[in-house]
Amino acid sequence: MKNITLTIDGQQVIVPEDYTIIQAAEKLNIEIPALCYDPNLEIAAACRLCIVEIEGSHKLQTSCSTKVKEGMVVYTESEKVVMVRKELLQLLLDSHPNDCLTCQKAGECLLQKYAYRYEIKFKDHQGAKRPKLIDTSSPYILKDNSKCILCGKCVRTCNQVGERQVLSFAERGYDTRIVLDADQTFATSKCVSCNRCVAVCPVGALIDKRQLGKTRVWDADRKTINCKVCAYGCEFEVLSKNKKNIAIRAKSPSNGRPLCLKGRLTTELMNLDNPDTPYRKIGGKFVESSWAKTLGLSDIMEKIEDVEKSKKSD
Amino acid sequence: MSNSIGEVEGNEVLFVIGSNATEAHPIIGNKMKRAVKNGSKLIVIDPRRTELAEMATLWLPVNSGTDAALINGLMHIIVKEGWHDKEFIETRCTGFENVLEVIEQYPPEVVARITGISEEILYETAKLYTSTKKAGIFYTLGITEHTTGTANVMNLANLAMLTGHLGIENAGINPLRGQNNVQGACDMGALPNTFPGYQNLSEVKNIALFEEFWNVKLNPNNGLRIPEMLDEALKGNVKAMYVMGEDPVLTDPDANHVKKSLENLDFLVVQDLFLTETAKFADVILPATCYAEKDGTFTNTERRVQRVKKAVEAPGECRLDWKILSEIATKLGAKGFDYKNSEDIFNEIRLTTPSYRGITYKRIGKVGIQWPCPTEEHPGTPYLHKGTFPRGKGLMIPVEYEAPAELVCEEYPILLSTGRMLYHYNIMTRHSKKLDDIRPYELAEMNPVDAEKLGVKEEDFVRVISRRGSILTRITITDKVKPGMMFMTFHYKESPVNELTNSAYDPITKTAEYKISAVRVEKVEKVEKELELAK
Amino acid sequence: MITFIMNGKKVEVKEDISILEAARENGVDIPTLCYDRELSIFGGCRLCIVEVEGSKKLVASCSAKVREGMVVYTESERVVKVRRDILDLLLSNHPMDCLTCEKSGECKLQDYAYRYGVREGSFKGERKNYAIDSLNPVIERDQSKCILCGKCVRVCSEIQVTSAIAFTNRGFNSKVTTGFDKPIDYKNCRMCGQCITACPTGALINKQLKGIRPWEVKKVRTTCPFCGTGCNFDLNVKDGKVVGVTPNPDSPVNGKSLCVKGRYHTDFINSPDRITKPLIKKDGEFVESSWEEAIRLVVKSLKDVKEQYGGDAIAGLSSARCTNEDNFVFQKMMRVALGTNNVDHCART
Repeated sequence: MKNITLTIDGQQVIVPEDYTIIQAAEKLNIEIPALCYDPNLEIAAACRLCIVEIEGSHKLQTSCSTKVKEGMVVYTESEKVVMVRKELLQLLLDSHPNDCLTCQKAGECLLQKYAYRYEIKFKDHQGAKRPKLIDTSSPYILKDNSKCILCGKCVRTCNQVGERQVLSFAERGYDTRIVLDADQTFATSKCVSCNRCVAVCPVGALIDKRQLGKTRVWDADRKTINCKVCAYGCEFEVLSKNKKNIAIRAKSPSNGRPLCLKGRLTTELMNLDNPDTPYRKIGGKFVESSWAKTLGLSDIMEKIEDVEKSKKSD
Repeated sequence: MSNSIGEVEGNEVLFVIGSNATEAHPIIGNKMKRAVKNGSKLIVIDPRRTELAEMATLWLPVNSGTDAALINGLMHIIVKEGWHDKEFIETRCTGFENVLEVIEQYPPEVVARITGISEEILYETAKLYTSTKKAGIFYTLGITEHTTGTANVMNLANLAMLTGHLGIENAGINPLRGQNNVQGACDMGALPNTFPGYQNLSEVKNIALFEEFWNVKLNPNNGLRIPEMLDEALKGNVKAMYVMGEDPVLTDPDANHVKKSLENLDFLVVQDLFLTETAKFADVILPATCYAEKDGTFTNTERRVQRVKKAVEAPGECRLDWKILSEIATKLGAKGFDYKNSEDIFNEIRLTTPSYRGITYKRIGKVGIQWPCPTEEHPGTPYLHKGTFPRGKGLMIPVEYEAPAELVCEEYPILLSTGRMLYHYNIMTRHSKKLDDIRPYELAEMNPVDAEKLGVKEEDFVRVISRRGSILTRITITDKVKPGMMFMTFHYKESPVNELTNSAYDPITKTAEYKISAVRVEKVEKVEKELELAK
Repeated sequence: MITFIMNGKKVEVKEDISILEAARENGVDIPTLCYDRELSIFGGCRLCIVEVEGSKKLVASCSAKVREGMVVYTESERVVKVRRDILDLLLSNHPMDCLTCEKSGECKLQDYAYRYGVREGSFKGERKNYAIDSLNPVIERDQSKCILCGKCVRVCSEIQVTSAIAFTNRGFNSKVTTGFDKPIDYKNCRMCGQCITACPTGALINKQLKGIRPWEVKKVRTTCPFCGTGCNFDLNVKDGKVVGVTPNPDSPVNGKSLCVKGRYHTDFINSPDRITKPLIKKDGEFVESSWEEAIRLVVKSLKDVKEQYGGDAIAGLSSARCTNEDNFVFQKMMRVALGTNNVDHCART
């Protein structure tokens, strides 16, 4: 493939011709803020936060979707760019609850990160805010529509797995929201609680309920491990506090790793000091269950017992 | 320090002489202040009214450079009153008779006249210091930076031995060492007369020992000390110098003399982080790494060996100091410089330095180890001289008072003293914008009486002139200094105080009399013009 | 020793310690805002209250000593309800600013609000509104975020022993400030920043660490490069750069204490004035060179002097600022490679 030379913030960089500006910037360790961009997902160019100024171009361009060109001169933090980013962030904050105090996502929330970076604060206003529609039907995932910024990452990641495709956008304009199937709940939809959406959500709209209230990112020691249930070996983090393992966190499902509930629960059981009760979805409801049943091990365990017993009696 | 920093708060009496701990050693200063807050008594001997002086039970604003007379006077009173520790002297010391003979010449009335301290206060001080065994002496450069520095230290030792304040907890003689690793640099034998571990060149067996360690024939003659190096350079006998991480042009006395000496060298190599005033004279400058970019150990003032850990990569092409030195040594044809890492070097230090033998990187761990630590089972030594001295019996050597090398006179009527202050440390902190923003320029301390006489206001510029040079500085008006006295720091190259200081040295250590030089101060009328000229 | 029951478990502890200390020794985390092991007991925040059987009132565990046979509950329903109320009251008079607050991530108020699920202050009314004091280069003071725990006052008087700050006024108008309510500067404060470490909220901030989230830094413990005291601290590293210093409570000499130099010096490490390439003086000007060329020149020059005049015509200054290892190699180089004992350092200055 041909190589392209371009200049970003005064530094030259050479990259393959199919690179986007955001990828080229990354090579220079320049971090362009982005909420809806994820290298593992198709490009949406929806959040507009990654806009940059390109010499010779009137409009600001989204760096996630604009390919590099020979001789291109790009500014990622020009006055104009920063001004627009600030406005975008202010608009997002204006319809976002001021809840960082107790939000589970605080410390790893991109909206918080960029608001801090560009010094944008919540402001009091009389206008509308996104309504508080909270789906509490699942013991695994908590969905809080009031915190959703409609980046669509959850929809895209859900749709990457053929038999899942549960999440989608619904309605238009200010009423736009993310729904499960035809506006179902986690319990009533065909969601399998794989947590792909939770792992990619940039804000506190989708939360792993089994981590809720236990610890936030700054409070815990983290260790990355691989799931041992199947050959994909999805990555998880074990979170520990006072030398006790208290929660498991799915890492972003990159490199074709699918994530699944069985893998996550098995990893929980294997690693946590005091794992919560598991639940199974039966007839549109989550029901408390035993670990053996939830992990589908009942038959195997029975069989093992039988075999061992018959050995002893021999 | 004979004792540990952790013991400071256990002292019932703190005898602080020539030490402005709250500025030069703030954390130790805090512990002293806390001790006082919790009921310990504090004796402060300092011509300046320092923060500690303000808190002191007894503050003795002695005339600068009269410490020997003062200590002799205190000993005179102690012996006369019978407050000395006869048993300690008998069993652990020699030379008491000689001391007795000399201090006989220092009755309170004589000492009061020399030091400017009343007989009554002298008496009170002697009484307070001997009122408990838990009384430690703390001193810093106010004692040593005099032509009589060594004698002063010996006299403090006499005082401590006389009263049995040694070899026990919460007492002792405690020099607060000025630099982060000055203790370590001495331990490592970066001195002209000793190998690592204070193994003296004067003993043949030590030379043989190190010749065996390093498998090379060694030069048996004592080397030159810094002032001698500079003198010999000026004379043309020293042709080349290698300077690592020091800036003698700014920190050594009589800067103009230092500059001339360096100019006279055939070859000067400087290894440093910044283009220092000394580096400007170099033929080659080698970029080194700072403490955050290297692994190793520092040894603090209480002999505690602690770890320095690499946190970040060095910028650009900067290299580790020991790596540069090793490469040069190897290319000079020497063997035994093929170290893999800092721990490798430390293992050789352990081999050659008995007091470090039991210390390993692993053992240093979280809390460090205080030498002497002869074996890997030894826990380290929080306080020295328990039961015995290294030489057996403690030797008491009498000390006579000698006046400072330079006295004030009609032409130079002001006594200038120099030292550190809280917000800066030597020269490096000037490169920290944060610290420099707090105190960006020199503020020479001047008594209101002198300021009024001169007709100057707070932060006005003055010109300070000594027999050796003349500099510009701003002043601050404060009664921390007595009338007729001035105090300046040596942190600012814009007001390089060492162009004024006297390079008269202590005959033994070759430490200069930074604490006393005679100067005169002139009002500056056209500041801009003068500043322009200074550039 | 004393035996008592805590949360249904038998516990044995030393006499004469507080319930709070006994709990911490046994891994029970009682929340506190105004307590610090190294400071005097204040009993001001009331968050550490516990229920003691037989006592009508809830007891502040930081100031109540353990007694033989006492039965203590640290997280009973009643205790938790009162803790929530206290947090609610504090938050009702606290800016909702976690989004961009510098303290976010190491704020005790935030952590306890999360722990007890108090999402906001429910009492509407007047709030503190003070101007931010940021005139000095290192400390930023936002009294609107102050919860009056008094830790800064105590650390300043008990550990730093400077007493630069104290409580003033009464009731709603209480605040902690300097004499005559002046901005903080080197004339009324020693700038040690121990109050910053003590502050549980965002009221006192190290300006050097602004723009850096505590969860983004890696901490490397090392020894201070300034005076001979030998304090230890953690260098805070982000993206391969030292961004500041935080104390490390395990330090043998200084514990959590630091002085102004130790806390704020680190920007010299990233100074643009650093020399990053060897320099050789040619015609009176310094010119950048390769390491190879520089070393070749040094070796040749030293060799020439040694051969012509002998090793004693060379002198070396080692450094009291470098490590033991550097100093050891320096004196060895002088003695072994150059054959001279002309090695010294500034032990005398």
